[in-house]
Amino acid sequence: MTAGTIVKPKAMRDALLEALHEAMQTDPEIFFVTADFGSPMLDAIRTDHPDRFLNVGIAEQNLINISAGLALEGFTVFSYAIAPFITMRCFEQIRVNLALLSEVRSINVNLIGVGTGYSYVVSGPTHQCYEDLTVMRGLPNMQILSPSDHIAAAALAARCLARSGPKYLRLDAQILPALYDQSSFALDEGFRVHAKGERVCLVATAYMVHTALKVAKILGAKGISVGVIDLFDITGFDEEKFSTLLGDYAGVVTLEEGFVGRGGLDAMMFDWVARRGLPLRIRNVGVSGGYRFELGTREELHELVGIGIEAVCSAVADFVRSLSPILDNSRSVFLGGDK
Amino acid sequence: MTETEFLETKARWVWEETLRIHRRSAETRVASSLSPIEIFVVLYYGGLLRQDPANPRWEGRDRCIISKGHGSLCMYPILADLGFFPISLLETVCRRGSYLGGIPDPVIPGYETVNGSLGHGAGVGSGIALALKRRGIDRQVYVVVGDGELHEGANWEAFMFAAQHRLDNLTVIVDNNQISMLGRTDDMVSHRDLGRKFEAFGWRAVDVPEGHSVNAISHALRECRACTAGVPHAVIVNTVKGHRVPGLHDTPLSHVTAIKPDLIDQLLNLDK
Repeated sequence: MTAGTIVKPKAMRDALLEALHEAMQTDPEIFFVTADFGSPMLDAIRTDHPDRFLNVGIAEQNLINISAGLALEGFTVFSYAIAPFITMRCFEQIRVNLALLSEVRSINVNLIGVGTGYSYVVSGPTHQCYEDLTVMRGLPNMQILSPSDHIAAAALAARCLARSGPKYLRLDAQILPALYDQSSFALDEGFRVHAKGERVCLVATAYMVHTALKVAKILGAKGISVGVIDLFDITGFDEEKFSTLLGDYAGVVTLEEGFVGRGGLDAMMFDWVARRGLPLRIRNVGVSGGYRFELGTREELHELVGIGIEAVCSAVADFVRSLSPILDNSRSVFLGGDK
Repeated sequence: MTETEFLETKARWVWEETLRIHRRSAETRVASSLSPIEIFVVLYYGGLLRQDPANPRWEGRDRCIISKGHGSLCMYPILADLGFFPISLLETVCRRGSYLGGIPDPVIPGYETVNGSLGHGAGVGSGIALALKRRGIDRQVYVVVGDGELHEGANWEAFMFAAQHRLDNLTVIVDNNQISMLGRTDDMVSHRDLGRKFEAFGWRAVDVPEGHSVNAISHALRECRACTAGVPHAVIVNTVKGHRVPGLHDTPLSHVTAIKPDLIDQLLNLDK
């Protein structure tokens, strides 16, 4: 599961910016553009590379357009803002000048959105972000990367430099416990197996990987063994390997810190399972209801919208029971009798 | 032939060819393609744009972003005439298999960016201009916008940005025909005193009252090129939508109006 060495947790954005800062020392083609959004590590980039740093102000539409212009002239661009603003305030700029333009012109623009899900805990619905997977999934050519800790976030720097095209990196705003260490994390497959289970596998992304691991532990103590997969490369995971892995299960539960039933990870999984023709039953855990204004800790907010530990434990346990061998037998008897 | 006569002859030919394209493909938007003809003729034939038709992505080119994409049908004859693509392709506009659509896309040699969705060119052009400056490449960026397009707020984000970074290699040319889809811009959301608005944003602005005079446009653009003020340039060219076509000339609601083939034939023959 987690690696042996203890890694001190860090903000995802600081880990990623640190990696970019280091890359900028040797790669003169990296350009960093922010829409007046900071981080301690950003100060280092601004100080050490003022000629390749820009603050466009609170202007996300222009952030995208300026980034596209820089990329057309060959720069590898990292564009940085709060997640709901960098995805939805400027969606048509992203569509036209990144997703569409990249069909014809080679551009490498990497959108870094900070504040997925409820990670801006007390800031309310404007700064929280439950729709980004849905809207960004709708764009052809857009690569979506959704790390669950700062080690994974830092590893994305190399990926962004190595692979051209528009990308969206969705980062948590809070410091989350480390799930990986440098030696144990590899991007290649696009997902990471944390635990193997018997009938059901939890496929989670970003913060919800942490929830999935807790749920698996609680259920494990009750004798229900579920698998846990961290799916961080939403658009580019190794489908063959993923398929083989899920072949060991009867059901999958998707976990996302975004609206359920509105085109996010849940829809992606339904679509993917259908396209592969896999005999898997699927349940989805995600934010239900609509926008909420209640205040509380992130865990309390999660309980309110149906994605808290307790709710997920009970949903997964119910799902496991529904897939139990006894039920399968009775169903096959029933089907047999029907013939 | 003098330079002026040369440019006027080209402008006349482009006007005719644009009407011919429209005669073959009535679904094209012709009225807004008739106002910027002299602007494009001066840019492309007047020794302002350094371009290599055989190598449209030549690094040494001046960048021309045609932000008012759907009002640039008149670019097809110009690009064909200069050798960006065979002139025979003008017969294929809007036809299956052709890359010359009703709204141009960068699959067409000579087009830099995705156009037609309005309000993008100024920002992308500013990014390009800044990149050229940071790389120490002495090349110009021209962005041709419509005045109606300036209702899109993203333009003004870009205008503030370009002034802040003193992008004096950037020239925005406004095809100021003062009519958008549903009427006169003055009657909906006016941009009266556009030049002063640019100046308030830190730009140098030049008005060209005679918007169909190749000399006046050429003079204004050369002035921008020679200017050492260290600020971006706006050239506001007062053009006429549907220029010289009865029923379209300076006519509101002409945006998607098609011209009857008979009228086109008449216009092309009468003037010959």
